[in-house]
Amino acid sequence: MIEAAVIGVGQTKYEAKRRDVSMGGLVRKAIDKAMLAAEVDWDAIDAVILGKAPDMFEGVMMPELSLVDAIGANGKPLLRVHTAGSVGGSTAVIAASHVCSGNFDTVLTVTYEKQSESNATWALSPKYPYSPHINAGAGGYFAPYMREYIRRYDAPENIGWKVAVKDRLNALKNPLAHLQIPGIDENMVAETPMLWEPLRYLESCPSSDGACAMVISNKKLAESRNAAWIKGMAVRSEGTLSAGRDEVNPQGGQDCAKDIYDQAGITNPFKEIDCAEIYVPFSWYEPMWLENLHFCDLGEGWKLTEKGATEIEGDIPFNMSGGVLSSNPIGASGMIRFGEACLQVTNQAGDHQVDGANVAMGHAYGGAAQFFAMWIVSNKK
Amino acid sequence: MTEEKKDFFVSDISLSYQYTAGNATTRFLNKVAEGKLVAQKCPKCSAVYVPPRGSCPRCGIATEEELELPDTGAVESFTIVHIPIPGNPIVPPYVSAMIRLDGADISFLHLIQEIDLAEIRIGMRVQAVWKDKSEWGTTLENIKWFKPTGEDDVDPLVFKFKE
Repeated sequence: MIEAAVIGVGQTKYEAKRRDVSMGGLVRKAIDKAMLAAEVDWDAIDAVILGKAPDMFEGVMMPELSLVDAIGANGKPLLRVHTAGSVGGSTAVIAASHVCSGNFDTVLTVTYEKQSESNATWALSPKYPYSPHINAGAGGYFAPYMREYIRRYDAPENIGWKVAVKDRLNALKNPLAHLQIPGIDENMVAETPMLWEPLRYLESCPSSDGACAMVISNKKLAESRNAAWIKGMAVRSEGTLSAGRDEVNPQGGQDCAKDIYDQAGITNPFKEIDCAEIYVPFSWYEPMWLENLHFCDLGEGWKLTEKGATEIEGDIPFNMSGGVLSSNPIGASGMIRFGEACLQVTNQAGDHQVDGANVAMGHAYGGAAQFFAMWIVSNKK
Repeated sequence: MTEEKKDFFVSDISLSYQYTAGNATTRFLNKVAEGKLVAQKCPKCSAVYVPPRGSCPRCGIATEEELELPDTGAVESFTIVHIPIPGNPIVPPYVSAMIRLDGADISFLHLIQEIDLAEIRIGMRVQAVWKDKSEWGTTLENIKWFKPTGEDDVDPLVFKFKE
């Protein structure tokens, strides 16, 4: 494998409504920051990889057509990626694969969502042609799996509240995070309205506008930069309606994680990974993914959350940036996880930095918990 | 009085489309129109699919054998939706449940009604409540909702697939 590293990460401020910019302006803000951080100009960019969640989320079909100028793809290879909510992660993997191929020295990749321009819950709740109109957004879809997790492992109700509080306290240390809720505690979460049982309002992700970009390069540029070297990366998918599929602990997620650990030479992720940005759009996905990604045995995830292992000072910090629970521009949410992992290992995470982070993981999932994308980055080549 | 400067405009889109169901789903829906739930079985791993899509995702082979299933089953999991969903006509709160028909190896989403919301639980036995026959078409909407049968709950372990 040819070495590839992230040499620049750029993120916009995440907000409910970015009415100050068009879609083109939004992605360009993230790109400008990433290229500034990477110390590269447009001549250095050999290809541009764009990612975005379903076009129905804004009602703008094929946005890559009109975004060619804003993302600097004129005269260059452009590829648009879509794998539902995991797209930010799979876009990063595809961009890095271009560099690993040896055909491109430096690749720019950017992902975004401008949720304020339409209504993602509407877009996720269509009436299927021969079924009752029962779909109720992402929360409605995932809530039964979370309930099954709670039943299977007899997890106490307040674990969800605890994750919701932890990620929002982290968000207070990240000036780019959308939700800023000083004084949030478990009581405040428990008193918010029930949306999709067992999920309450503050146990759910917000609807955000924002973009995230990265510059990925080979050793020619990366060796002279503060680079996050990619040690392992993979994507997996699985069928939606398959007998024996376990949506609480999907096989695709297990296999994808094993693959990147093998590539990175990691045998004990709990001990060897210093921190992780994991796609947790609803509170209960933290303990579920702790187990699915082999940080602990089945049924032990909620206990790790309960004892504070996933806090910034804990044994395996999760979502130091505030996570998807604090900022959710869906198409970008996976790339934010991947980019924040890079910021951690290059000691650029500011107030939400984990001391001495050398190895970090980025993770995204999407669709009916059926698409997975992950990578491991390190500050050591 | 100052007029607020508007920096966006509203543009509507609408979409109607012709859905080609394919052979397997067409056979299934034509039976649904007669009030029958006809599953398809994998010849290799014996997984039973309803609604069927003509192949087994586990084995990647066609599921041609058909078998009629009863309109009874159990709740594999569920949520109670408390918020109105844009574009969705059902008034909250309502139960959206993964229904596992007896003899099936996958679930499908449907409503549960005729129940105290506090009573709904994983493993609860349910039965379909059909619309009047005059209203039947090629859609699972022929079933208005599912309701509890009052039988003993099933052990959730029965939902685990056994090849």
